[in-house]
Amino acid sequence: MSSRNPHDLSRRDFFKIVGSFVSGIMGVMLGIPLISYFISPALDEQGGEKWIPAGPLENYPLGKPTLFTFTLTKQHGWEKTSQSYGVYIIRHSDTEVTVFSNVCTHLACRVRWKDELGEFVCPCHDAHFAETGEVISGPAPRPLDKYEYKIEDGILYIHLVEG
Amino acid sequence: MTDKPSRSRLQALYEWLDERLGLTTINKLVLDRKVPKVNWWYTLGSATLFLFILQGITGIFLTVYYVPTPDHAYDSVNYIMQGVRFGWLVRGIHHWGASFMVLFVFLHMLRVFYMGSYKYPRELTWIIGVMLFLLTLGMGFTGYLLPWNQRAYWATTVGTQIAGTPPVIGPWITRILRGGEDISALTLSRFFSMHIWMIPGLMLLLVTVHLYLVIRLGISNPPGKDE
Ligand code: HEM
Ligand code: FES
Repeated sequence: MSSRNPHDLSRRDFFKIVGSFVSGIMGVMLGIPLISYFISPALDEQGGEKWIPAGPLENYPLGKPTLFTFTLTKQHGWEKTSQSYGVYIIRHSDTEVTVFSNVCTHLACRVRWKDELGEFVCPCHDAHFAETGEVISGPAPRPLDKYEYKIEDGILYIHLVEG
Repeated sequence: MTDKPSRSRLQALYEWLDERLGLTTINKLVLDRKVPKVNWWYTLGSATLFLFILQGITGIFLTVYYVPTPDHAYDSVNYIMQGVRFGWLVRGIHHWGASFMVLFVFLHMLRVFYMGSYKYPRELTWIIGVMLFLLTLGMGFTGYLLPWNQRAYWATTVGTQIAGTPPVIGPWITRILRGGEDISALTLSRFFSMHIWMIPGLMLLLVTVHLYLVIRLGISNPPGKDE
């Protein structure tokens, strides 16, 4: 205590350093788990892929977009939730169809086929899409998305890929 | 030499803030205050404060996933334990922290009592401390129901029944605590509300006053031989 080299660490400075060091370590040890905890569901394996049977092909009229809807139950945390999906199916021939997602490419509202216009119309910000899926007018940045499909024994299957 | 200018800029920033916020004064009053020569028992209040803050942080994070309804409470806790990264850690800290907090508040109270620190002029500090002690127990009582498992359910059955033992008003107390005759969805949601808003809010207020008094009055001298 009595005579001290001026370069020696004072008791006060020693505790300052040790204190900040220990708090820093505790902060990191708590902080990283907390961040990971909060973003956890976003890091979980999302989606997957699935073939959805959409019934016999002959159910779908030639050349006319027809809505097909289905629901899937998914586990979200502690709850099973049903999610509805809608696709527009246009049969061109016995081997060829187009399957459009009804999700607007603007901000994900659901588009509807308007027979009288011959267009898909989105109710949210009035995007119009042609029967080919191309954007006619409105804010949508790209054509409607298409699903892969296959036809087996006259049954149409849609390839649902998510995530 | 290259790090000189940036240092003085930091210094300047500090001075700018200090002029407006009075940081140096706060620092002097709060951290540089005079403290008698004391021992480790005098750190128990700070340890309790640390636990209180830790409980606050982990508790806030638990509400990210926890749902206080009979049909989801149990499953949401399960999900925290099994499905969320570090959920076991966050819940574990909150769980053990609760027990430690009761322990530390009690030990802190014992040291204050043993050292006679509750005497003039610190009676108010003591009274507020008693309230904090009771509220800490209240946190434990209300928190215990939230996982909505068998143990929680029956502990609350017993606890609210005990609260109903005083004559005349007893049954009323039980009904108010339960939100009706039975332990139900109403009990769960009111315990949740008390556990995350009412009691901690009150405690925050009281801890602030408690610490203000500790700083204003200074720490008491340990009693000497000649007293
Ligand atoms: C949430 C709970 C509490 C917190 C965060 C807390 C915090 C503190 C802190 C940091 C101090 C400084 C001195 C020390 O650490 O020993 C203190 C002093 C004091 N506490 Fe508490 N305390 C709490 C509960 C209590 C309880 C339950 C009592 C008694 C019933 C109490 C009575 C006192 C008294 C009288 C002092 C002044 C001691 C002195 O000046 O020597 N406190 N408290
Ligand atoms: S979401 Fe369809 S137009 Fe905006």
